[in-house]
Amino acid sequence: MSVFSGLKFRKVSSPIHNLDPRVKFVYVCAIFVVAILFSEMLPLVILFLIQIPFVLLASVEREWLRSMRGAAFLATIIFLTNIGAAFFRDGYVLTAPSVESAVAMTLRFMVLVESFSVFFLTTSPDHLGLALEQTRVPYEFVFAFTTAVRFVPVLAEEAQTIMDAQKARGLELERGNFLKRIRNYIPILIPLIIGAIRRSLELAEAMESRAWGATKKRTNLYVLKMQRGDFVLIAITFGILVIAIYARLFVRIPTVNELLRSLP
Amino acid sequence: MIVVKDVHFTYPNGIEALKGISLTVQNGEFVAIMGQNGAGKTTLVKQFNGLLKPTKGTVLVDDVGTTKVSVATLARNVGFVFQNPDHQLFSESVEEEIAFALRNFGFKETVTKKRVTWALNLLGLTQYRKTSPFMLSGGERKRVALASILAWNPRILILDEPTIGQDYQQKEKLRQFILQMRTQRKTVIIVTHDVEFVAECNPRVLLMRDGQIIADGEATETLTDTEVLTKASIVPPQIAQIFLHLPNMKLPKNVIDVYEAREILLKTLERKSK
Ligand SMILES: Nc1ncnc2c1ncn2[C@@H]1O[C@H](COP(=O)(O)OP(=O)(O)OP(=O)(O)O)[C@@H](O)[C@H]1O
Ligand SMILES: [Mg+2]
Repeated sequence: MSVFSGLKFRKVSSPIHNLDPRVKFVYVCAIFVVAILFSEMLPLVILFLIQIPFVLLASVEREWLRSMRGAAFLATIIFLTNIGAAFFRDGYVLTAPSVESAVAMTLRFMVLVESFSVFFLTTSPDHLGLALEQTRVPYEFVFAFTTAVRFVPVLAEEAQTIMDAQKARGLELERGNFLKRIRNYIPILIPLIIGAIRRSLELAEAMESRAWGATKKRTNLYVLKMQRGDFVLIAITFGILVIAIYARLFVRIPTVNELLRSLP
Repeated sequence: MIVVKDVHFTYPNGIEALKGISLTVQNGEFVAIMGQNGAGKTTLVKQFNGLLKPTKGTVLVDDVGTTKVSVATLARNVGFVFQNPDHQLFSESVEEEIAFALRNFGFKETVTKKRVTWALNLLGLTQYRKTSPFMLSGGERKRVALASILAWNPRILILDEPTIGQDYQQKEKLRQFILQMRTQRKTVIIVTHDVEFVAECNPRVLLMRDGQIIADGEATETLTDTEVLTKASIVPPQIAQIFLHLPNMKLPKNVIDVYEAREILLKTLERKSK
């Protein structure tokens, strides 16, 4: 559940929260692209650190840390597989470059999670819906999307209740071998899925009985407008992209090892 | 026996749902827990089978602390029927659903069969034996959930809102069943908003408000004490209301049973007409 709480939006006002979601989305995409451009450790470290000012500005440190901790498990797996593969490939020795590249792969994953998490932590589902609507996505899809996002915490809570109900009937999730353990989750998944389907049908009925879609042309109370902060973020995004592409094409990126050695 | 000693409980989001609860439930007792929405009733009963562990204080079930054993171990003795049956139904047939817990507890297949048949019969579900639980009505699903717990015959039974969505006949059956459990020295704890049901059963009543117990006693006492009832957002049973609203007739104040009320009214009227 901790991964979910790292994506859960809490309403506060900060320069980051007030940014246009479309611009933030472009920024996240740019970070993604850059993270994939590089497989060296140094630029990925920089990429990871670049986002910390955003976290601090938005004052979502606690939530951000929690999502980082939630991702730690997968990150460990990524690190271990990478280093394990290198270990066998190099003939059962650990070399500095292979450790570095394993760290880089892990960092790449962390950067992806980090930027995603910052985006969702600072963007309200309503804001996001508004942004989609203004990019001319049909309202039905926008509504489906925002509803889905809004129901994630509800589902997480429901999963907890279901787990409790089955434990009260003697279900032990941690019992048995690997296959049995997976099977143990069936009594939790089925009620969860059926509940979600039932809820969506009920929601549709309830909405239709309140005249959903009666007017063809919707207007919005709030309209997103680009502001100074948005242009600043666009400039930053553009800057990062340009520097990254330049560095990729024309600069030989030193390994951390070399960097340390070149120090006096 | 359940012993609760100065239990506090805070949910991870910081809501303090229980604020110092102490209470003892003897074997064979029948207890109804009532109180407004969000008073902490469900939170309290979840302490009894270890689903929630106290943040402070202790809960002992048959002298064993709930923090010391797993829920599955406690569940063998403490049956817990959840508020919403849809949180547990998952099998292809009602029969399988009821057998689920029995298999978890390692009952033999022959015993399982017998117990399933017994539970189906008890709750009038025999005709739905092979039906998918998802095809049943809300009240019937609730009964399947109940049957799936009763099947292993736990010594302590906790029912969260058992009467919701049940017609009169089913409620009456439930009441009879609870009385029967009582004669077998089994403990029954129900959480409910159904004042009339409680009045008919006449159990020990606990009234909760804001994570605290504000009254604890016989139903005849607690359900006629208008002051605490108002605090717990409960109206007295209708019989009690009639008696409370007839101050000039010098009627006793602590009557909640229909038949008792009838006798008293008849006697009073006879005396008046003389
Ligand atoms: N899973 C949870 N996480 C956080 N807070 C919760 C959770 N479950 C309940 N609460 C809070 O704890 C308090 C007590 O809730 P509880 O469910 O015990 O009330 P209740 O007396 O059973 O109410 P009801 O009559 O509505 O069933 C409420 O304020 C509720 O908001
Ligand atoms: Mg409740």
